[in-house]
Amino acid sequence: MSAAATPATGGRTWMRWLARWETLLVIALIALIAIGNSLSPFFLTPGNFSNLIAALMEVAIMALPMTLVIIAGEIDLSVESVAGLASAILGFLWAAGVPLEIGIPVVLIVGALGGLLNGLLVARAGLPSLVVTLGTLALFRGLALIVLGPRGISDFPPAFTEFGFGHVPGTLIPWPFVVFLALALVLGIVLHRTWIGRQIYAIGKNTGAARFSGVRVTRLKAGLFVLSGLVAALAGVILTARLSSARADAGEGMTLTVVTVVLLGGVNIFGGSGTIPGVVLAVLVVAVMQNALRLASVSVEVQSIALGLLLILSVIIPTFAHQAKSAIDRVRGGRPPPADSVPLGETART
Amino acid sequence: MTVADAVATAPRVELAGISKRFGVTQALDAVSLELRPGEVHALVGENGAGKSTLVKILAGVHQPDAGTIRLDGEPVAIHGPAHARALGIAVVHQEPRLFPDLTVAENVFIGHAPSGRLGSIDWGATRRAAQALFEQLEVRFDVGAPVRGLSMADQQLIEIAKSLSVEARVLILDEPTASLSAHEVARLFTIVRRLRDRGVSVLFVSHRLDEVFDLCDRATVFRDGRHVITTPTSELTTADLVRHMVGRAVSLFPKVETPIGQLLLDVKGLTRAGVFRDVSFDVRAGEIVGFAGLVGAGRTEVARVLFGIDQRDSGEVRLGGAPVSFASPSAAMHAGVAYLPEDRRQEGLVLDFTIAQNVTLPILPRLFPRLLVRAGTERQVAHDYTEQFRVRMTGVDQLVGALSGGNQQKVVLAKWLAAKPTILILDEPTRGIDIGAKVEVHRIVSELAASGLGIILISSDLPEVLAMSDRIIVLHEGRVTAEIPRRQATEERVMFAATGSLDGGASRDEEPAPAPAPATPTIGTDADD
Amino acid sequence: MTDASGVVVPAVGPRAGRSWLSTIASQRELSLLAIMFVLGGLVAVAAPQFLSASNLSQVAVLASIIAVAAVGEALVIITRNVDLSVEAMIGLVAYCVALVLERHALDAPAAIVFGLGLGLLLGMINGLIVSVFGVPAIVATLGTLSVFRGVDYLIAGSHQVPLAGLPAGFTAASHDSILGIPIFVVVALIVVFFSSLLLRYTRFGRQLYAVGSNPEAAAILGIPSRRVVFVAFALCGLLSGVAGIMWVIEFGTINGTAATGVVLAVVAAVVVGGVNIFGGSGTVAGAALGALFLGFIANALILVGLSQFWLQAIYGLVILLAVSADALILRRVQRATAARRVR
Repeated sequence: MSAAATPATGGRTWMRWLARWETLLVIALIALIAIGNSLSPFFLTPGNFSNLIAALMEVAIMALPMTLVIIAGEIDLSVESVAGLASAILGFLWAAGVPLEIGIPVVLIVGALGGLLNGLLVARAGLPSLVVTLGTLALFRGLALIVLGPRGISDFPPAFTEFGFGHVPGTLIPWPFVVFLALALVLGIVLHRTWIGRQIYAIGKNTGAARFSGVRVTRLKAGLFVLSGLVAALAGVILTARLSSARADAGEGMTLTVVTVVLLGGVNIFGGSGTIPGVVLAVLVVAVMQNALRLASVSVEVQSIALGLLLILSVIIPTFAHQAKSAIDRVRGGRPPPADSVPLGETART
Repeated sequence: MTVADAVATAPRVELAGISKRFGVTQALDAVSLELRPGEVHALVGENGAGKSTLVKILAGVHQPDAGTIRLDGEPVAIHGPAHARALGIAVVHQEPRLFPDLTVAENVFIGHAPSGRLGSIDWGATRRAAQALFEQLEVRFDVGAPVRGLSMADQQLIEIAKSLSVEARVLILDEPTASLSAHEVARLFTIVRRLRDRGVSVLFVSHRLDEVFDLCDRATVFRDGRHVITTPTSELTTADLVRHMVGRAVSLFPKVETPIGQLLLDVKGLTRAGVFRDVSFDVRAGEIVGFAGLVGAGRTEVARVLFGIDQRDSGEVRLGGAPVSFASPSAAMHAGVAYLPEDRRQEGLVLDFTIAQNVTLPILPRLFPRLLVRAGTERQVAHDYTEQFRVRMTGVDQLVGALSGGNQQKVVLAKWLAAKPTILILDEPTRGIDIGAKVEVHRIVSELAASGLGIILISSDLPEVLAMSDRIIVLHEGRVTAEIPRRQATEERVMFAATGSLDGGASRDEEPAPAPAPATPTIGTDADD
Repeated sequence: MTDASGVVVPAVGPRAGRSWLSTIASQRELSLLAIMFVLGGLVAVAAPQFLSASNLSQVAVLASIIAVAAVGEALVIITRNVDLSVEAMIGLVAYCVALVLERHALDAPAAIVFGLGLGLLLGMINGLIVSVFGVPAIVATLGTLSVFRGVDYLIAGSHQVPLAGLPAGFTAASHDSILGIPIFVVVALIVVFFSSLLLRYTRFGRQLYAVGSNPEAAAILGIPSRRVVFVAFALCGLLSGVAGIMWVIEFGTINGTAATGVVLAVVAAVVVGGVNIFGGSGTVAGAALGALFLGFIANALILVGLSQFWLQAIYGLVILLAVSADALILRRVQRATAARRVR
């Protein structure tokens, strides 16, 4: 899938396939399903699968544009607040008698504008995205609170809430999962099969060289933030529908999970590498793990611990695997780096 | 001098039979080298000759696999950079490694700042001691200011002050002049000579052969990790030195005479406030226009405006007769301007992309108008262009980072040629690549001009500019000070214009540039820009 | 243009004097104080109770807790890292200290020592993950934020330590004062004072800056970067422990969610206080003043009648303004330097 991202450098194909992060995720996924199945006979039923996946969909949807943002070497911490702001404005408009046909487009536009603010400050003004989006994380949440206050709006029409927790007719597939898959497909193609994706990797690996090669870095980066804001607002709408409630604190704490899922999917926090399939697999791993823990009557608190550990391990394991691999290569007398070239790892990370 | 003479027979540093291997590459093969007190000793060789490995061994970064190091006759093992410093060995790198946020004084004394009561750092004493060191070097510095924003040359002086602060007996200068202006080089040489006269042993690593003759007492040549010759520079000629370095006689700069065609680029009164002013010149088809000048004269800055990276404040640029203004590099590319940047690693290439991915990066939108990238087309395009330049590679799927510097530069050239430009701006195209690859790059550039491109060649390598250019534009402090046709171009003329001493071209000097220090008659022969 | 004195033989560019801009850039502390004075005057006109001793000491006491944590965060950020887990460390220490006091497992002084030790331990865990396992700080501490908070919830469950559960007099410190200065403020001043000495006058303090300013150069100099970063995280944990204990004393009633969301205020304080988010520069006094500044703004807004809900938005705006100002000043300074070189 990611031939564009990881070029062939020799060696046996299946060895490379085995060493890939995505493969590890597939193995983890199978192992978790096996464990879950041994814990409860209901684990593999469609109904359970449907529940397991539905609860994670807002996070999963926001993780997709976040993947592109992080590959391009930036980060967007404000997504949870954009979702909250979208929920608050949607509730406010509905309570004020504005129909959803108008309300939903409005909040999507608001989300895109929020993303545009991030994008302009980061890409145009050159400010560090970590701080900018930390600022807008607070700003957008504050705006949500100002708009809606402590109220909750919950008299949404059934057609809308059905979109949140209903299924595709005749199946047990939740509607948000369809949205997630469609978005994953589109962004996967964009990232891995088009030159826009190639340019995103180029920016993440070496912004200077990308700019000097005619890549419109400012525009592309700003575009990614707009996408992130737009999709976060969409996640806010889905969250509102699923909970049948619009609240200013909707989505609080979700950014952590979103970033965790993306990194678990094998995306480098410093940009330049990662894949959409990896992130989709990571979503499934987290969903299955949470569900297994729930069936094993493990509390939500422990799930938070597990998630944190998973995040840290997702960085430690590849690092160690890489070190082990180069140690093996050294023993076998593998090729040294050319005398005047910098080791790749270093250039990728500076 | 008398002190130096007295101990001249006993070497300060003695390297014998040093070998170092990285994987399958024998970086150094039983090389020997001695440094006497009070001598400046040149170490020259092509890239990959083992110079930097030797420097790193002396600096304690690498440990030799075999061989002995003696310091004042005593065998020593250098365990690490800190140990090397403790032994009195100091290294000044091409790019100084200072702390931009800390003050000049602290950078000089970091790790061994004077301490007061309770072992706390005595800032007053630190500042005074740093001031005293700079007075020894006869330069003035605001030692309380942070290093951020200081020029490369000033930062090197801080590195030298640092070596004085630990009373280094051995000073290694690793390609110190690569990014200095001629004036700064002269100042550096004055200081190095002063240190030499105090008995410091200086190892001077350089690509610039004229500097070797100018500054050094003896020279050692390495080739392919082996010691070739050590001899007093007075017994050598440039041709000898080149022959020892490459192991064969090379004919430099095969410039092809090309008929000059129609006007391609016409620049009038181009100005960017605070950077350059009223720059006018033109480029014709088949012509190579050399841009000479000191570092900071504004050559790269003019190129950046032509390529749409920076914006001009006034002036006019005409491309093929039509006025143009580029808001971005991609706009410039669409109009047929290509720019090979100065910094290959940071701006020229994505090192962990493949050759094919690098070559097609600028032309992706044109190559694949329907967004989807087709690997076959991409590899074919990359193959066609790299073939033409004889890039040594295993295939276009090889990572660019795994290529040598010269081959990387050829990939950058291939990348820009694939974009089919009409104007090609080359910024220091041969910096940091070895002589063999340099000749090939010159051949390619010459051929490109012959095929009808207009080429702007920015180079700090004066012999290169003189040999390659049909016409030379000289900039000084952001202004064009001379435009010299090929036949009339001599090193002296260009250097005078580059230092602002010639009143040709735009003669609007309000103050004459500082003349080179009388103690260092280096300007005439100095190839540094 | 440039100083004409530059044409002295043989030096090319003696840098006589710094530009006024860089002077201001290095005086973030002064500009914060100035803004507070002006704003304070304006608010006092609209809401006279603003300047009352009780209100001011209330502002200072609350800001002191954040300031102590911000000093710890600043130590980490100066090394070019970040610690997002401070709020979880504060919360966990606060709950555990409250719990041991409620259960009479320890007396008050022992409980405080226990809290400090726990904070130090948590900080060392962060330091270990970052400096030994090489996990990027933002990832590592995002992970431990989740883990520490999970442990907090796990221990606390739905239990809440009530004010009455704490020993009589334990929470008195929040309104006691020495020579008219609230004890909390004294604690914060002591923390700032000793941290400043550490940063300014010790070899370790300078190593923190060196590692943050240029990691490669630090490695070449033989500075033990990993150890330096480890200690920075450990100290940040220790100071989070101090803040956690202050939290118990101030609020008395503690459950598993104590200090949720505080990391935003802490990082905001550090950024507003002029510490460069990319490491290498800034002072702990600035970070502490940043905390005071944010507390001051919050208080002023409430007094002039703005709802509590505006706070978050204002925090966000202040962060954006501070980082924009930093970038603007840096750019001006660099332009000024460039202009000095090329005419």
